[in-house]
Amino acid sequence: MTVSDNRRTEKFPFGIASVGLDEIERRIPAGEPPPLPPNDALQVIGKPVRRQDARAKVTGAMRFTVDVKLPGLLHARILRSPLPHARVQAIDIEAVARQPGVRAVLVIASSDTILRYVGAPVAAVAATTQAAAEAALRLIRVNYAPLPFVVDLDTARRPDAPLVYPAGERPSLSIAEILVASALKLTGNVRGPDTQGSRGDIAQGFAQAQVIVESDYRTQTQTHCCLEPHAIVADWRADGLTVWMSTQFTAGVRRELAQTFGLKLGEVRVKVAAMGGGFGSKSQLGTYGRYAVMLSRQAKAPVRLVFDRAEEQLDSGNRPATWQHLRIGARRDGMLTAVSLLEYGTAGVGVGAGVGNFAQALYACPNFSSAQNDVFINAGRSSPMRGPGNTPGAFAMEQAIDELADKLGLDPLVLRERNDPSAVRREQRRLGAQRIGWDRRHQPGADAGPVKRGLGMAQSLWGANVHTNAACEVRLLRDGSVEVLSSVQDLGTGIGTILAQVVAEEFGLRPDDIIVHIGDTDFPAGPPSYGSQTTASITPAARNAAWKVKQMLFRQVAASLGVAPEQLVARGGRIVVLEDTTRGVSFREAAAGLRTEQISAVATRSDDYGGFRRHMGDQAGAQNDIGGVQFAEVSVDTETGTIRVERVVAVQDCGRPMNPKLIESQVQGGVLMGISYALLEERVIDRQTGHVMNADLEQYKLVGPREAPSIEVLLLENYQGQSATDAYGIAEPSNIATAPAIANAVFNAIGVRLRTLPMTPAAVLAALDTRLRRN
Amino acid sequence: MDRFVWQVARSVTEAATLAGRTVAEAMLADPGQPAAPDCVVLKAGGIDLLDLMKEGLLRPSRVVNLREVPGLAAITEDSSGLRIGTLVTLEQLATHPALRQRYAALADAVASSASPQIRHVATLGGNLLQRPRCWYFRSVAHHCARKGGEHCFAFAGENQYHAVFGHEGCAIVHPSTAATALVAFDARVELVNAQGVPRSVPLGAFLVGPGIDVKRETDLGAGEVLTAVLLPPTAASTRSVFLKQAARSSSDWSIADVAVVLDRAPDGRCQRACIVLGAAAPVPWRAQQAEAALVGQMIDAAVARTAGQAAIAGAVPLSRNAYKLPILATLVRRAVLQAAGAPEPENGR
Ligand SMILES: Cc1cc2nc3c(=O)[nH]c(=O)nc-3n(C[C@H](O)[C@H](O)[C@H](O)COP(=O)(O)OP(=O)(O)OC[C@H]3O[C@@H](n4cnc5c(N)ncnc54)[C@H](O)[C@@H]3O)c2cc1C
Ligand code: SF4
Repeated sequence: MTVSDNRRTEKFPFGIASVGLDEIERRIPAGEPPPLPPNDALQVIGKPVRRQDARAKVTGAMRFTVDVKLPGLLHARILRSPLPHARVQAIDIEAVARQPGVRAVLVIASSDTILRYVGAPVAAVAATTQAAAEAALRLIRVNYAPLPFVVDLDTARRPDAPLVYPAGERPSLSIAEILVASALKLTGNVRGPDTQGSRGDIAQGFAQAQVIVESDYRTQTQTHCCLEPHAIVADWRADGLTVWMSTQFTAGVRRELAQTFGLKLGEVRVKVAAMGGGFGSKSQLGTYGRYAVMLSRQAKAPVRLVFDRAEEQLDSGNRPATWQHLRIGARRDGMLTAVSLLEYGTAGVGVGAGVGNFAQALYACPNFSSAQNDVFINAGRSSPMRGPGNTPGAFAMEQAIDELADKLGLDPLVLRERNDPSAVRREQRRLGAQRIGWDRRHQPGADAGPVKRGLGMAQSLWGANVHTNAACEVRLLRDGSVEVLSSVQDLGTGIGTILAQVVAEEFGLRPDDIIVHIGDTDFPAGPPSYGSQTTASITPAARNAAWKVKQMLFRQVAASLGVAPEQLVARGGRIVVLEDTTRGVSFREAAAGLRTEQISAVATRSDDYGGFRRHMGDQAGAQNDIGGVQFAEVSVDTETGTIRVERVVAVQDCGRPMNPKLIESQVQGGVLMGISYALLEERVIDRQTGHVMNADLEQYKLVGPREAPSIEVLLLENYQGQSATDAYGIAEPSNIATAPAIANAVFNAIGVRLRTLPMTPAAVLAALDTRLRRN
Repeated sequence: MDRFVWQVARSVTEAATLAGRTVAEAMLADPGQPAAPDCVVLKAGGIDLLDLMKEGLLRPSRVVNLREVPGLAAITEDSSGLRIGTLVTLEQLATHPALRQRYAALADAVASSASPQIRHVATLGGNLLQRPRCWYFRSVAHHCARKGGEHCFAFAGENQYHAVFGHEGCAIVHPSTAATALVAFDARVELVNAQGVPRSVPLGAFLVGPGIDVKRETDLGAGEVLTAVLLPPTAASTRSVFLKQAARSSSDWSIADVAVVLDRAPDGRCQRACIVLGAAAPVPWRAQQAEAALVGQMIDAAVARTAGQAAIAGAVPLSRNAYKLPILATLVRRAVLQAAGAPEPENGR
């Protein structure tokens, strides 16, 4: 260990454990702990520790935002547009304000406001009961002047399509900001093209190609379907604002609230109880959050606003639908020479319907061109959803690569081997192929009889995201109890348990010894729980803080033992002298000797030691990102069109795996969501009326227990020496490769490619029928 | 949901006297208006009734609970067949030994319906009298023909789950899965009016298509209570099979289902066949041409295939539901083979 400036050099384990570990030297900030050894040399980190709230969850004792009860709590409901496109001519709330039980009324769409989708908020009411609020909504008189509308991607692209944002009309605030901020052109309903990420000379790339494949792919609008609805309780008081919210970012919501309402950060407190999913849709305050606070301010009482299922489906975001045209050129040996992507997607009345950097960054191809466009339609705006962009992007790209393999007569694994420089995915392909039994893979449609089986695989790519504005406090109290505190929230992934593991490892304690306080902005500001960056961002901060507290404790203990602090280690609930472990004190005794009631430290997450791995738009950087390779085995009943996913092998990586049990549960969730995306889910909008016909969980088909295949999770330990924990995220990476792996397996089963999601019986039968007629 | 009065009926005639209108009649009222004082409806398990009320499609002033009426929840068997009380739950039916043995298609149909939670609450009578699931019908924003409006939205709209047969002005599919099997067994329903007078009608005639009246699915009269479903006895040689395909196999509605009931002579020839298609038409749809293709035949793969094709002859698919036809044909073929105990030539399931 050498020290200079404020940094010192340390040797970190480096590489993929199953391939062989190396060492790498990193310069690290002086105040940060020494490197952790690989997981097999650790006591708590990397072990399948049960989540601390498991019992509470299973027994129903867990409390969610909807369970928050305050004295005098009012209930809010939102009146929503019954029309897909309309001008509000007049709105009359007089009758409502006089209604008994009604405490606050908010006009959201005053006269002349344009409503652009069914479900757009018009007014809100807070009343003493939910029923009174509901009844009050019916007394609001609104005159709507209907306007022409368009609710599907294809029609909206036509030059004669009704315009969602006619020229000269003021779009909603957030859209206006984006339109102004970006130089992208708005032509009709189409905004774009965004050509970021293009590189090389695409024409030359295709000229060099000996083989070209070219296809169109379509993906549907998927909704988040959080089992816990969007919910907020807002309590506006003279001395400040307290908000309980089901949110993926307490610290961010606090900032938004302070800005929106002209408050100081210190006057706003945001708390989140347990969460039942967010998947990206609970990342911000949202308009509904604002309404709840405004109602509370008006009523001078706490207000509770909880979405019903229809509101969830209409106005809480969604994954944009896309149309993608991919053209790929390659030499006969499989080396890619050109990839071009043309995409039109729709995020409803919002933007952000691109397909990310997937096609651009996954394979080393010198020539790439991309043109991505947002198409406005009269439907609820999208919000990020588990692997936004890359998930629909992978569905197209990973099928196109298989189409190329097919045309070249190459094994899809071999083609990828030639073009994918990632060492992580190479190992993942190897492990996955072995586990699924890739050598059983036969020619497409080779099975006799109507039920055909097939194997397929696909790869994924996701940023190794990190949020450095992430802090954590660790406290040691005189009775030996240890607390860890951060505003970071548990989206359902179990981050609290992981924090307990990190701190326990440092102190030589058990995870259950650590008391975790999270989800409250009264604690040091933690990172958001989106972009799969929670664990990567907050665990180093927690370890840094724990290590600092341990140093303080060691200094006090060392004196009493007559050794230097550097000679001490914490293990097995004791603090002992490294050379003679019989000498020492129990952790409790050590704490009892503290001069003050508690010692504590707040620490933050520093930049990645070796420089950030994530560089959107930079191919070389992206190659170091999080990988993931999934294999699927399916059976297809060619007479009924039913696809059954029988087995999925998901080979994933997330740096140093912190808790394999929790990771496995994330991956299973990601795979199930991917199956649901592949086979079932689709928001259906009626073109005659602009209404969503399946704004419920009955006709919006979510995967159920009988669709769940056997899911085998194989996890790489990928050490990069990047932080005090070297951990990265898993939630999104586990969702990206599933749908294309299934699609590729379906092709292997029946010899027909399904390029449209979801792959329903109707789609399978139509595809088989087309082939029959062609032959 | 609006306030309503809750009332417990103690007898069939009390319930019948109270029931001012059928739910179908009550739903013709303007959904924007509060409940009329004489809007009294019956409730069994309440699964469908509550759903309609929560969606704002039905606003009764009074709900009469049938669950406490004695004598409606038993399954009894004698020489005239099986009598299933209207309050018997789907779960009881699915697990009843007599059903499993002699009316397997019915037991399987019921077992495949909805979810375990719903089956424990839902009653057979309520299941037959539930309103259709057409998503336009279930949306307050769409005042369609079945709710007294002018227009059917399905023909030019999202009709992927709609009917391929018998859609005269309305393309619902009958929602009851049990009904597919019950019609195949020639079941009758028993009804009692306010005077206590019973009548019994074949279920096939009790369920009415839109050609007869687009605003109701059954012949239930106001002031009538359904008391039981009656199944004629089966012969020792009777074999029955029910097959269903749904969008997903977990707790979902059929996109196509079929019940096949076969009687075979000692020489193995088919004597009598009854084939009913579900989720195919506004009523359970007898596939008579398919039945004709079986009678007098030794059933083998070729005969079964012919029956499958015959079952979809004359279908008129809508813009998005032609996919139902090959599924229906396949289900018929597979069910016929299974009922005949003939092995499937391929690995089909
Ligand atoms: C998610 C979901 C999935 C489902 N899947 C299926 C499925 O796959 N297959 C299927 O068949 N069903 C399915 N259902 C529907 C469900 O089975 C029915 O709603 C249920 O059977 C209705 O029975 P009930 O006893 O609750 O009826 P209720 O809701 O109590 O009554 C239904 C109607 O019948 C009337 N009524 C009830 N009993 C009598 C009587 N004795 N005399 C006169 N009128 C009476 C009521 O007034 C009401 O109009 C599903 C439902 C849901 C929510
Ligand atoms: S199919 Fe029947 S219920 Fe559905 S919209 Fe048409 S008329 Fe109404």
